[in-house]
This record gives sequence, C-alpha cells and structure tokens, in this order.
Amino acid sequence: MSTATRSLPRTIGAHAILLTYTAIALFPVILVVMNSFKSRAGIFGAPLTPPTTKTFDLIGYTTVFGQGDFFHYFQNSLVVTVASLFFVLLFGAMAAFALSEYRFRGNTLMGLYLALGIMIPIRLGTVAILQLMVASGLVNTLTALILVYTAQGLPLAIFILSEFMRQVSSDLKNAGRIDGLSEYTIFFRLVLPLVRPAMATVAVFTMIPIWNDLWFPLILAPSEETKTVTLGAQLFLGQFVTNWNAILAALSLAILPVLILYVIFSRQLIRGITSGAVK
Amino acid sequence: MATELMAAETRAKRPIRWHVGVFLAPAVLVYTAFMILPLFGTLQLSLFRNIEQSQVFVGLGNFRTLFGDPNWSVNFWNALRNNVWFFIIHMLVQNPIGVLLAALLSSPRLRFAAFYRTAIFVPTILSFVIVGFAWKLILSPLWGVAPHLLDFVGLKSLFTPWLGKEQYALTALSLVSVWQFVGIPMMLIYAALLSIPDEVIEAAECDGVTGMAQFWKIKLPLILPSIGIISILTFVGNFNAFDLIYTAQGALAGPNYSTDILGTFLYRAFFGFQLQVGDPNMGAAIATIMFLIILAGVCVYLFLVQTRLRRYQF
Repeated sequence: MSTATRSLPRTIGAHAILLTYTAIALFPVILVVMNSFKSRAGIFGAPLTPPTTKTFDLIGYTTVFGQGDFFHYFQNSLVVTVASLFFVLLFGAMAAFALSEYRFRGNTLMGLYLALGIMIPIRLGTVAILQLMVASGLVNTLTALILVYTAQGLPLAIFILSEFMRQVSSDLKNAGRIDGLSEYTIFFRLVLPLVRPAMATVAVFTMIPIWNDLWFPLILAPSEETKTVTLGAQLFLGQFVTNWNAILAALSLAILPVLILYVIFSRQLIRGITSGAVK
Repeated sequence: MATELMAAETRAKRPIRWHVGVFLAPAVLVYTAFMILPLFGTLQLSLFRNIEQSQVFVGLGNFRTLFGDPNWSVNFWNALRNNVWFFIIHMLVQNPIGVLLAALLSSPRLRFAAFYRTAIFVPTILSFVIVGFAWKLILSPLWGVAPHLLDFVGLKSLFTPWLGKEQYALTALSLVSVWQFVGIPMMLIYAALLSIPDEVIEAAECDGVTGMAQFWKIKLPLILPSIGIISILTFVGNFNAFDLIYTAQGALAGPNYSTDILGTFLYRAFFGFQLQVGDPNMGAAIATIMFLIILAGVCVYLFLVQTRLRRYQF
C-alpha cells in the first residue's frame, strides 16, 4: 500500500467504523447478560448501567433453575450434537477418501450427487422425513435428530474433506501399500491424522447449525424427554413472557456455552473460512 | 456398489475393490435415506390429496388451490412477497456492509484486526432463539432501551414499537437478521481480499491507482466471484428462513401476517395452527414451490453468474 492509504485520518476512520460496528454487534449480547444479574427495578430503572450492589440480584437464575429442566435439555443437545458430529466426521471422511483416492466409474457423478445437499436445504423434505420417522417409530427420539443432522452435515463435510485429502502425498500412501498395509489402515492410520486440521474446521461448521436448530426438534422431537436446549429455551421464553428476570437469565444461560466454545475455537473457525476451505 | 461392479467387469483382471464401497456406503446410505428420498417423497406428496382417508392423485390440483383458492392464495402471495422483500434487504444492507467491513479489515498493518473479526462474528454463532428474543426485548417499548438509545442522538421522536406495526415489522426483522449474519459475507470477502496477489496491488500502485480508486477498479472486480457466492448463499438462506420469524413473532407471523414468509407459511400449512387443521399435502406443495425457487436461484448462479465471473479469476 502506498503511504497515502496509510495516512493517519484514514486509519482513524477505519478504526472508527470497525469500532462502531463491533459495538453494534456486541451491544445486545452485553445488554442481556448484564441485565440478567439485576433486580426487576434495576432492569427497568437503568437498563444501560452495569449491575451495582443495589441492583444486583440472582432471582432470574434461581427461577430458571427452579422451573425449567435446563440441565436435561442441555444434556439432550449435547448428545445430539456430539453423536451427529461423530457420524458426520467419520462417514464424511470415509466418503471423501473414497472420492479423492480411488478412480472408479461414476466417481465424478457420485461427487456431484453428494454435493447436491450443499445447496438444497434438507428442511424442504420435512413432510416426508416426518412420515418416515412416524413409520419407523423414531418420533420423539434423539436418534431421529441424529440421523437427520448427519445427513444434513455430510455434503459440506465431504466437499471440504475431499479437497484436503487430495493434498495428502501419494508417496506416503504408496509406501504404506508396499509395506503391506490394508486400505483401511492407510485411511485410519496415515490419512486421518494428516487431515486433522480440516476435520476441526468441518467440526465447527457442522456443530453450530445443529446446536442452534429449532425446526427439527420442534417437528421431530418436541416431547419433554427429548427437548433440546434451543427448543427448551424457546418454550420457556414463551411461558415467562412477563418475568423479565427469568427471561434474561435464560437467554444468558443459552448464550454463555456457545460463546465460550466460540472463543476457544474462533481461531480454528476463522482460519478455516479464510484458508478458502469454503469456496 | 453397482458402479464398481461394472468397472470390475470391464477390467476383468482387477479384483473387485470392496473397500471403495465400504468407504462410500455409510455416507451414501444416510444421505440418500434421510435427505434425497424425503426430498423426492415431498415432491411426490404434493401431487396427492387426502380424500376420505386415502391418498388420491390429483396432479397439479394442490398447486391450483395454492395459487387460486383465496383461502390459500392470499397467504401464499403475501408470504412470497414478504420473502422477496426479506431477500432484497439482505442484498442491499448485509452484503454492502460485509464488503465494507472486510475492505477495512484487510487494510495492511491494521491493529486489533483479529479482535474486530472475532467480535463482529459473534452474532452469527448465536441461535435464532437468542437473537429473536434479545431484539424483541430491546425493541420493546416496555423496556425502553431503544428509545433511550435514540435519545442519545436526539431522535427519540422516531421511536415506535417497530415489531408491532404492520408496515415496519418485516423490515425490522430483516435488519435483525442482517445484524446476525453480516459476519458471513465479511469473512468470505475478507478471505478473497487476502488472496489477491501482492503483484497486482503493486502494479496498480505503480500506475498511480490507490485508495478508493484501487478498491473500485482493481479489488472489486477480483472479488466478484466471492460476491456471487455470497449472493447465492443469502438467497438459499432467505428462502428457507423460518426460525427468526417464529421466535420473534410466533407461527402466525404477526402483526396480521405482515412478517409471514414461506418458511412460517409452510409450518402453518403442514402442522395447522389454532383453528386451521394441518395438511401434509399442502405443506408438501409449499415445500415444492420453495424447492423450485431455490433450484432456480442455484441454476441462475451456476449457469449465468459463475460462468461469466470465471473470466476474472486467476
């Protein structure tokens, strides 16, 4: 860049715009978390100030823990997300390996077939998915959600992982073959460890929409036993419309786990996006 | 796998490579059973109607009802119109802001770039339930945060309960959605800007093209393919949206259906709401229309936009 573009006013201008937008992006989150620690009078009297000793109150949190079965919902969400993630990564990596490693008839066609799902949302098949789940008795089970989310996550996972698997050196794999390793050992022992960074990227991309989804839990598993935390929060918020302490506390509880995970994985996620993994 | 068997027959000397099938099978099975077959099952269901407890083939009858019967068509055209407006706002607000932020972030030696990037992406990872409800509270006249903030800039008189007024509710929710997703265009454009070779920028500088002119004349044409991708992602996401409207306004997409989009319309048709009885066949018909709209968008992108943009790639 020339000196002209690095001039002081320009830098200040850039920082001003970015800071303003950062404030816009973070303001609602901070506002909700901040007010969840206040008494009702504090929430309405001075919504924009942090809790003071006078307005500090945990009544919202005690209501949430007393009323909603959030721990259970949280567990359901965790089971669904982790299991779907496991299957997406395992099946996705296996299929990506087959597509990138072997030349067989219909290879390109199979790749295109599996890539269809990147653009066409699985949600459009909901009517038939529900019928299928009713017929197989899987309604109101976490299994139904896991199967649907696995199908939903696979296309993008296969697409990204096969790009990365093409870059794994074929000398290495051939050396393994000469040493008498089976194709399965080559995949699990040689290739998988080498694409671990790509797997992490895929994991983050797969995880966020599954954890946040409202549509499929609402339709396939709305029972008390199988509610996920997103659906639980939605229903809880609907019930406690007038109890602002409880609502703000529930929102904060829903924000915090995602936020903590994001701060831990943000480097991975951003590297994944900017390395051109998603084209 | 059939394909593999054929391949094995033609090259008779090679043994059947079972492992290729083993590697492909789980993914193909789950994907086919829970994504492709239900998708086609839904398209098929849209051609049937439940008459006296049995499914009867009615051809395009459901679509005729959807477009022509006033009980359905008024809501359908309303939802479609709203969905188009929802998309237009995203294209006009979300993507330009995303490009602007990315352009600023990619300026060399910018301090705190990592912090800005991380912070601006935070809303994108939050669930719709949180976003919808948090904004509902902020915009609520009961709490008074929004008028309070407007007061700081002397615009308090502009405040109205936006989510409760028919003429503003959809635009307000579209802007909330923009707020949530601006991180995605920002990141993709940022990645595209970083991948522009330094030589190109240096050559431009030698010719005296700097600053704004450099952005418009050199960088923008080079990131057009990314803008194309963002547009199609926005299109697919918008015509498939449901969660935000449902959490903020409920399945009835109030006030008076003014925020109803195809996703919420599909949900009501499929499950029924209040007095209306759910109708899977009509739900399937609406899903089919959504499928065709998205398919048309993807085809336009693949055949018109992408082939033309390729010329600019390196």
